Amino acid sequence: MPKVIYVSHTGESREVEAPVGMTVMNAALKNGIDGIIAECGGVCMCSTCHVFVDEKFFAKLPPARDTEEAVLEIAAEERRPTSRLSCQIKMTEDLDGLIVRLPKKQR
Amino acid sequence: MTRAGTIIVGTGQAGFQTAASLRAEGYLDPITLIGEEPHIPYQRPPLSKGFLLGTQDADSIELRPAAFYNDHKITLLSGERVSGISSGMRQIEIESGGQLSYDSLVLATGASNRKLPVEGEELEGVLYLRSLAEAILIKKHLEAARNIAVIGGGFIGLELASVASQLGKNVTVVEALPRLMSRVVAPVISKFFREFHAGRGVRILCSQAAARITSAGGKARGVRLASGEEIAADLILIGIGIAPNTELAAKAGLSVSNGISANEFLKTIDPNIYAIGDCVEYPSEFAGGRVRLESVQNAADQAQCVAAAIAGRPAPYRALPWFWTDQFDIKLQMAGISAGHDRIVMRGSVEDRRFSVFYFQGSKLIAIDSINRPADHMFGRKLIAMGVSVTPEVAADERADLRRLAIAAEIPERPRSVN
Repeated sequence: MPKVIYVSHTGESREVEAPVGMTVMNAALKNGIDGIIAECGGVCMCSTCHVFVDEKFFAKLPPARDTEEAVLEIAAEERRPTSRLSCQIKMTEDLDGLIVRLPKKQR
Repeated sequence: MTRAGTIIVGTGQAGFQTAASLRAEGYLDPITLIGEEPHIPYQRPPLSKGFLLGTQDADSIELRPAAFYNDHKITLLSGERVSGISSGMRQIEIESGGQLSYDSLVLATGASNRKLPVEGEELEGVLYLRSLAEAILIKKHLEAARNIAVIGGGFIGLELASVASQLGKNVTVVEALPRLMSRVVAPVISKFFREFHAGRGVRILCSQAAARITSAGGKARGVRLASGEEIAADLILIGIGIAPNTELAAKAGLSVSNGISANEFLKTIDPNIYAIGDCVEYPSEFAGGRVRLESVQNAADQAQCVAAAIAGRPAPYRALPWFWTDQFDIKLQMAGISAGHDRIVMRGSVEDRRFSVFYFQGSKLIAIDSINRPADHMFGRKLIAMGVSVTPEVAADERADLRRLAIAAEIPERPRSVN
């Protein structure tokens, strides 16, 4: 099963298994990763599942849609070039080992 | 002396978020989260959407897995009813027996479905939606049903209609008022959704009151309208609004109006008792007065505000309200509260299914509703939250960049978050 590595803003990392098709947001919630709030439940209405995707994986992701792009603009911690909403990243075999860094604040 | 800690009554989004935010705020005292529903806290919005469609199950809508509560030292008492509050003693009574003491009490008691006040409402085949248990029941009935009548053309009614239609059912929506979602959106949006539903085969009847539920063999058979027409239906879904659960607060002597009355800190008249979420009426700068809102945003942001207060960092609640509804593949995004507007202007094209409605009160922009224009919604949230008014002319001008206006208006010292 593919794995995701979440790195907290203080640098602690945790590796969890995420089945293909599950979002990176849901995998965080299921595994008790603090730092992902997911207020709207994954429908692209809030920015509380914001992550910074590791550069080598960022290019592998399908591009963000308009809705996600707009939400990233209101993120509590300012967006960076590799910002994504974790609710919009679905796991694939190809993403095994995905590293995402969590912002200091989500709201 | 041992601290009694915080008791939160209600395990919905507001109650859950209070507990989670208290721990995130570094609160170390005991936290008890207690509610009548048998499930661990879950998200309500998917119940009328993905859950009934089958794209999400009960497991996937849990707000956090069961282990979260232990891991964060949150005592979760599900399936328990709080029967009373002794505010002088700072204790609650639990119906199944016993008292619990608190330093702070948070009432997140939510709301209950308004019952359709007509004959036959209690028949088998007439269902309401608020809880997971009710959603499970509707899902079961939907399997065999062919003809569905939905009473109520608000968000819940229309989301149910859209789901039932996508499941291949014949759907009729009965709305008593002349247009859909009339309490919250402009006529242009009501008309858009009416036509959109009609295009997908949903029959929409406005200005039609349900007079009674007809029956055959003890089961619902249809809806008789005041006009005399009968809509045949083997399943009748009712979504005519909710009423706040204020009974516990009223019994405890707290002030109650259209909800449990609270001040701008979401505190009731008792300094140790807060009220948040669907059940509270509070003063909102965005409503221009006291308001009671029913939304995830309201629940989560109020929970965060009260958690910070209990953790020693009180601040008035001033988050901008926002809402959404999903019907078929259309998402309507709403920023601010449009009630009280006296002028609207539009941007984009209804024909292209890509437009926003800007609501003004005098010269002040108070709300924006958007369809397929997510940037209007997000930057609109910023502008309204910061009290930056664009003129109606600018709002209507496609070339005027809302992003630039929002960024220009931002004061550097101020946190970027508008949530």
